[in-house]
Amino acid sequence: MSTVTGTTWNCYDSATMTPREIYGRTLAEMAKTNDKIVGLTADLAKTTAIVHFADAFPDRFFNVGIAEQNLFGVAAGLAKVGLIPFASTMAVFASMRACEQVRTDIAYQNLPVKIIGTHAGISFGHAGTTHHCTEDLAIMRSIANMTVICPADGTETSLAVRACLDIPGPVYIRIGRGFEPPCYPDENYGFTIGKAIEMVPGTDITIICCGIAVLQSIQAAKTLLEQDGISVRVINMHTIKPIDKEAILKAVKETRRILTIEEHNVEGGLGDAVAGVIAESGMGCVFKKHGLNDEFATIGYAEDLYTHYGLDADGIVDQVRSLMGREYEADEDWEDE
Amino acid sequence: MPCTPEEKQRLQKIARDLRLTIIDVMAWSGGAHVGGSLSIVELLTALYFKYLNVDPEQPWWEDRDRFVLSKGHGAAGFIPVLAKRGFIPEEELKTFNHFGSPFAMHPDSNKIVGCDASTGSLGHGLSMAVGMGLGARYLKKEFKTVCLLGDGECCEGSVWEAAMALSNFKLTNVITIVDRNRLMIDGFTEDVMALEPFADKWRSFGLELIEIDGHDFDQICEALDKAWNAKEKPVIILANTVKGKGVDFMENNVVWHYASADSELCEKAKASILNS
Ligand SMILES: Cc1ncc(C[n+]2csc(CCOP(=O)(O)OP(=O)(O)O)c2C)c(N)n1
Repeated sequence: MSTVTGTTWNCYDSATMTPREIYGRTLAEMAKTNDKIVGLTADLAKTTAIVHFADAFPDRFFNVGIAEQNLFGVAAGLAKVGLIPFASTMAVFASMRACEQVRTDIAYQNLPVKIIGTHAGISFGHAGTTHHCTEDLAIMRSIANMTVICPADGTETSLAVRACLDIPGPVYIRIGRGFEPPCYPDENYGFTIGKAIEMVPGTDITIICCGIAVLQSIQAAKTLLEQDGISVRVINMHTIKPIDKEAILKAVKETRRILTIEEHNVEGGLGDAVAGVIAESGMGCVFKKHGLNDEFATIGYAEDLYTHYGLDADGIVDQVRSLMGREYEADEDWEDE
Repeated sequence: MPCTPEEKQRLQKIARDLRLTIIDVMAWSGGAHVGGSLSIVELLTALYFKYLNVDPEQPWWEDRDRFVLSKGHGAAGFIPVLAKRGFIPEEELKTFNHFGSPFAMHPDSNKIVGCDASTGSLGHGLSMAVGMGLGARYLKKEFKTVCLLGDGECCEGSVWEAAMALSNFKLTNVITIVDRNRLMIDGFTEDVMALEPFADKWRSFGLELIEIDGHDFDQICEALDKAWNAKEKPVIILANTVKGKGVDFMENNVVWHYASADSELCEKAKASILNS
């Protein structure tokens, strides 16, 4: 088993390459030292950038044609004979078209299939609703044995792709269309699956976010500090499952206000995962889930949609301001919990 | 004769105008599935300007013929046809892909007048067409349902589930057309996932197969005439086409599956269309 801790090699340029490009190259790099890694796609080799792996290792790359159910069934079979399949297609097809293959063939049998879902959220907004994917976190999170990761940028995608080899079971990694700007300057920030990262320290309110919302939240935090004097903590919850309960509860205790931001329906995704942790703890706080409000997104290029749905820095600033005015019930017994 | 010389000329003129509009849509939208839109121009033209009983004045008239673009990424070809046929203002095509537009890279029946099904996830259309055919029969309605698929799309198992149902239910009121341009995204169908013997596969599912040149109006009309009058077995039209048809540098070139082009290249494309 390989481990990512202390890895320093770089096979990409995170400033100019897209997360899916980085994924493809990282996978090709990993495969050099691990001959158990096999790659699969369903007529989306170029689109999901697994083509870099395909070019380097044609004998262990399988393109099953436009057949996503077959894709994940075949991946399960490869895993059954001891291989580690990385299967990539668009998030909408991985999570919904092939949902039962993912659930029963892969997750139930607890096979080490690594699923890379690209064009997630509304990143492919101009493709229309058939290609939007604002349900995958909820679906994947509800499947037992599944680890669910939503990296913030290309650097984190590369780290997640390497780290998921250490997970014995299935992993779902959700990435966008690939034009997301970088969040991290380098990869030496201690990425560990299941451990949230504090991006900005803060004491008045905590934003818990993932994916593209991380960079936007960092920018929002800056604006809020400068303009309103509000001290915003930003937590990158890159692993949706298993979720970092400790980081959530610490934030509740220390900031008493929690705002979750996700490029996903507010039903069932990151926000609900965080809400569950808080509710079970018995602690009270101001809480809001922000994302797509149980609606199908409209048509448009991603940047326009992010603005429209308030998923950009300005939208997040508005959300924080409205939460700062809300009261929470003081609870003297918190220290004992 | 299914198609008179005058009619053929009329259809050819429409087809050429549509090709020019597809290039405009590629420019306005910032990117389009241009190859697979150009390959279906004659098929869509024959359907919307000769065969389908539809009425832009009453777009949701319940006895209209239905059309399902199962290869939804052909929207850049299909939506201009709806505009030319009078369902939507041509001017609106300029909003393609942009914020709040009814038009995206895949057609949306919630938003587009005259569009019978939201498609784009491949392999769904033929099942919906089966449902429309069964419904028409039960409701004692005469309308036909036409479903247009991509050849790469036929990798999806669901296509064959629907084919089995077409034959099982003897749905002669459903007409299947496959755009056999031999390309998908990652290359030629026969290199990525071989479909051949493709015609035999369809026949063995119990359908009557008619193979044609999908850019030849005589052959298209002859096939559609037969399909419209099918009594025994449902008809599938296997239309051999060229991806990127009409633009010399796009023809048969997988790079143009989904692409954008600057104004210079768009002009070149238009010149090629006008010359062909
Ligand atoms: C279920 C599903 N999987 C993958 C895609 C992505 N995709 C869009 S077009 C395309 C290739 C389609 O090939 P084909 O049906 O031959 O159409 P054409 O070559 O005529 O464009 C693919 C894989 C999709 N839209 N739906």
